[in-house]
Amino acid sequence: MDIHEYQAKKILAGFGVTVPRGGIVYSPENAENKARELGGSKWVVKAQIHSGARGKAGGIIVCNSELEVAQATDKLLGKKLVTNQTGPEGKIVNRVYIEEATDIKKELYLGLVFDRSSESIMVVASTEGGMSVEEISKQKPETIIRSKIEVAVGMQQFQAREIAFGLGIEPKLISRMAEAITGCYRAFSELDATMVEVNPLVISNQEQILALDCKMSFDNNALFRRNQISELRDKSQENASEVYASDRGLNYVSLDGNIGNIINGAGLAMASMDMIKLAGGEPANFLDVGGGATPEKIVKAFKLISMDKKVKVILVNIFAGINRCDWVAEGIVQALQKIEIKVPLVIRLAGTNVEKGNQILKESKINYIEANTLEDAANKAVKALGK
Amino acid sequence: MSVLIDKSSKILIQGFTGKMGTFHAEEMIKYGSNVVGGVTPGKGGSKHLNLPVFNTVKEAVETTGASASILFVPPAFAADSAMEAADAGIKTCVAIVDGIPSHDMIRIKRYMRRYSRVQKMTLIGPNCAGVISPGKAMLGIMPGHIYKEGKVGIIGRSGTLGYEAAQQMKNLGIGVSTSVGIGGDPINGSSFKDILEKFEEDKETDAVLMIGEIGGPQEVAAGKFAKENMKKPVIAYIAGLTAPKGRVMGHAGAIVSAYGESAVEKVELLQECGVTISKNPSVMGETVKSVLGKK
Repeated sequence: MDIHEYQAKKILAGFGVTVPRGGIVYSPENAENKARELGGSKWVVKAQIHSGARGKAGGIIVCNSELEVAQATDKLLGKKLVTNQTGPEGKIVNRVYIEEATDIKKELYLGLVFDRSSESIMVVASTEGGMSVEEISKQKPETIIRSKIEVAVGMQQFQAREIAFGLGIEPKLISRMAEAITGCYRAFSELDATMVEVNPLVISNQEQILALDCKMSFDNNALFRRNQISELRDKSQENASEVYASDRGLNYVSLDGNIGNIINGAGLAMASMDMIKLAGGEPANFLDVGGGATPEKIVKAFKLISMDKKVKVILVNIFAGINRCDWVAEGIVQALQKIEIKVPLVIRLAGTNVEKGNQILKESKINYIEANTLEDAANKAVKALGK
Repeated sequence: MSVLIDKSSKILIQGFTGKMGTFHAEEMIKYGSNVVGGVTPGKGGSKHLNLPVFNTVKEAVETTGASASILFVPPAFAADSAMEAADAGIKTCVAIVDGIPSHDMIRIKRYMRRYSRVQKMTLIGPNCAGVISPGKAMLGIMPGHIYKEGKVGIIGRSGTLGYEAAQQMKNLGIGVSTSVGIGGDPINGSSFKDILEKFEEDKETDAVLMIGEIGGPQEVAAGKFAKENMKKPVIAYIAGLTAPKGRVMGHAGAIVSAYGESAVEKVELLQECGVTISKNPSVMGETVKSVLGKK
């Protein structure tokens, strides 16, 4: 789960990392007041969406008067911002963050992620703050410092110091920098994060060390024990169909093609999508109804796919194990009695009691194309597109 | 004996008296697995499915001599149960459960470092279908009848895609020595390489089919291991050609976040290691067959 910049900064502040003063606003009047309250003569108005690269998309505006702050907020609220991370549909700006401007002396990069090879937490830092980590690794790979942290004992002071010295920080600022790095590590490890990225982490002209921007993601599997994090979820930043699916216990990812999929198991779902591609088609989605493929889940899946206007053919591929094909077939028949499907439907059943399952489908009045193998199913689905 | 489990392996069910534990214990017993009892804290001393229930794994191991266990406990408590099994001397533990936090998985693995190589438990999963040695024993939730007895090892992340492979092989008359589901999570108990190592040593296995997917470094690490250390042929299929970068595809671990993690890149890197690639998921069986034919 992703959260907004302002939420991430609040979390970091709780772990002793200094962040610029600021506040969230929902209207231009609100914004003007907030700027006055913060004081000073320069502010940054920042669109809160779940994406990086907001600056290039016009989502970050520097203002020199309270009036400008109000105008910038007016411009951003309700707007859809398209960045290289949001997809062409963009993300809506419902909240704007007003922050005091910082006099930047030096911009650094600091990121924490899981390292799957060493099964530890990896800290990645660079002197080239402000660029994305992908750009840094392409253009300035020599500036990147990596440090693996042993989770069982946590980050040690010397490790934080090593990173700080590696970044070429002046000696008098080393201990403050080490505190900031340790604070980020603690937020990561104590809150079940999967990513914490401070970019840029800056040294100001006043020699403060500040997190100027921050992105955080959390492990969905751990949200059950992180109520304060769960509350930060903003569904307006997620794909509407994906929210609909996750609320109903389905694993769904919306894609650009026109062949809708209903499959049990994530691996089989990916494999079926591969077959569609190899047959010359494009999947409209990834949808895993779970290994068990219960009738309730199948009904929900049909409902979800039928809402997707770009779907021109539906492919159902279920490998029934302990849940038998006859039971799955009954689920499909029930679903189709409840939901009207107007596009061609290809069904492939496999596994336990497959003959019985196919017989139930045939004897029902549903209009479908039967397929026997994965390849057969994909070919028939692509062929049905032309009809 | 086959890798991990055998006909004689004494099996405990952790989370025995729950709905899932009961259902799958019955399926395993029907298949012929030697289930000797189970653990449900607070219900020790009672009987369930005519088998003894214990409060702790330690007590269960002392009384029954069990060497394997399977977890049917909710994700929030799974890490604790796995560590309890490791501490009680269980040698093979399968965690079926989907949804264990990654931080917990790291904790389990660090905890297990305290044991020497001989004492150390092999943890399979989580988020997997488990282990089956056809005709011998099942320590998992798969439909046992789709597996034919034979000499090909299977290692896979996905349950149903693994079933698909087993059935394709059965249709071609090819059997399985052991099938191991290592699960779809980013951090798992055993990697592809860990299980390849076991298959290379196993007299009953002639070749290994790896069913991988996008995300993480494990498939490629296994390919390198096969190149440097294995005599037996390895066949692989990697799912997720159409998966967009940066999106989680159902399995928590199925996300492309670095170079070498997409399906295309993994296939290239595995080919460089001499692994035979199944070009698409409907020819996994045929690819295994052609490799066996060349031997």
